Amino acid sequence: MSKVLMKGNEAIGAAAIEAGCKYFFGYPITPQSELPEYMSKKLPEIGGVFLQAESEVAAINMVYGAAGTGARVMTSSSSPGMALKQEGISYIAGAELPCVIVNIMRGGPGLGGIQPSQTDYFQATRGGGNGDYRHVVLAPANVQELVDLIIEGFDIADQYRNPVMVVGDGMMGQMMEPVEFKPPKKRDLPTKDWATTGTEGKRKPNIINSLYLSPEELEKHNIKLQAKYEKMKENEVKVESFNIEEADIVIAAYGTTSRIARTAIAQLEEEGYKVGLIRPITLWPYPYDEFKKINKNCRGILTVEMNTGQMTDDIKIAVEGRHPVHFYGRTGGMAPTPGEIIEKVKEIYGGEA
Amino acid sequence: MAIVFEKTRGLTDVPTHYCPGCTHGIVHRLVGEVLEELEVLDKAIGIAPVGCAVLAYNYFNCDMHEAAHGRAPAVATGIKRVLPDNFVFTYQGDGDLASIGTAEIVHAAHRGEKISTIFINNAIYGMTGGQMAPTTLIGQKATTAPYGRDEAHSGKPIRMSELLATIDGAKFVERVTVTTPAHVRKAKRAIKECFELQIQGKGFGIVEVLSTCPTNWGLTPEESLRWLEDNMIPYYPLGNIKRIKEDD
Repeated sequence: MSKVLMKGNEAIGAAAIEAGCKYFFGYPITPQSELPEYMSKKLPEIGGVFLQAESEVAAINMVYGAAGTGARVMTSSSSPGMALKQEGISYIAGAELPCVIVNIMRGGPGLGGIQPSQTDYFQATRGGGNGDYRHVVLAPANVQELVDLIIEGFDIADQYRNPVMVVGDGMMGQMMEPVEFKPPKKRDLPTKDWATTGTEGKRKPNIINSLYLSPEELEKHNIKLQAKYEKMKENEVKVESFNIEEADIVIAAYGTTSRIARTAIAQLEEEGYKVGLIRPITLWPYPYDEFKKINKNCRGILTVEMNTGQMTDDIKIAVEGRHPVHFYGRTGGMAPTPGEIIEKVKEIYGGEA
Repeated sequence: MAIVFEKTRGLTDVPTHYCPGCTHGIVHRLVGEVLEELEVLDKAIGIAPVGCAVLAYNYFNCDMHEAAHGRAPAVATGIKRVLPDNFVFTYQGDGDLASIGTAEIVHAAHRGEKISTIFINNAIYGMTGGQMAPTTLIGQKATTAPYGRDEAHSGKPIRMSELLATIDGAKFVERVTVTTPAHVRKAKRAIKECFELQIQGKGFGIVEVLSTCPTNWGLTPEESLRWLEDNMIPYYPLGNIKRIKEDD
């Protein structure tokens, strides 16, 4: 299939449809509204349903219902809206249903702003809702990867019966890049014999539920969920890295900021600095092991984010004190420039390369 | 000997957890009977609320989905939009439907979702132990209204059926009760008409059932029935509030 030029937000919609998603429930919020707009146009053409809900809370609960029937279903929002969806995400995780949730992040807290940011790292990776639940968080860095991860995201969701989140930022949602649609790696997906589709008089009723009034039963349910999350940690980590075995400094960045970091690294290389990159593609499960490959003489890890340093915690967990951890970021909708990153790298070097 | 009564296939054999004298059991039976009589049990998907009926998923003998507090109409919407030929109903209490879930029920009705809602109004939060509901009557005591509900402080009780009847998408709205055999028969007729509306694909329908809560009202089951008739019916009048005409 030849490449087509697509805007990030629309590419998400096209990728979801490619993955067999016929149902979308959403609520308008900048900077992701092109996605529901795209779905409202395309889904009726393929016999699917787009529905604009009365709120993000309603939208995620419509997803909860639709996912219960076994259908591939998606919703999207941006930061403040994603905060409202946390109730539903917790229920979906508790009831073990698959779905894909997209967060095109903007500045916060509160109403914040509408410019690109990465301020929902904690919300996405620590579980913004109640209870001990986890979900895969995919953080693409370009529109092609966005497409690939949306398509694979539906398979990951089905494989584990768990919500999958894809996080981007306003910049990625708005940028246009050439993309092609390729099938993901083959997975053995379980049959959805748990779905509520009516018994047809042929089986016992199926029940979608996250309530366990007996503490023994609820503990058992949680242990089962944790075992599933451990499997995700074993199988689903995605990361890209380069130069980390010889680098003096390693930059850790995901999504849009990883692209800015690359530009900075290329320029630093020309000046003789040895700088590597670790780019987590899954923010959960986090690629902790990748940091073990960093050479022991590395002078420090620099995380670059469009927030105030939320990923620093994960890097500290990953390096276990082996390397100092630094942070450079801009927030509120500001993006770090390559020049600013270069300056910070030189500061950590504490002199010439 | 001829069989004169059988338990409906619409209910499972699981004993319910409802308190003695609570009318949830009667309403469950009516819903189960109607699902069976209309031959939609095998394609029915019910949505259980948060509240006393949270465990309804163990009692109705069809596929069930347990929703978050107040969100049953949104969950039902998601299901019905994927499976338009299935029968989808929500079963909700007054805290669930008239308080935390007002947005979801209003907009499900507003969109004319082809779902049916059973709304249990017992003027109190039962499951959490007798707190004030939006439907609690003026002067009625509750654990969060120990001096009785005061209009100046908490407003008057909300009449959800009348409110929903103003919405075009709501095609059937009726308030019933189950305090006497005659009322039980009327309630069943209303539930049947409401469910038939969905089967005919005509839009949103709701039956509000004035119900008792002897435990949290601090009354015996029999006193509760009288209290409902003497206090609730005057404020929440029984009867059909809206039905679409044949040519609609």
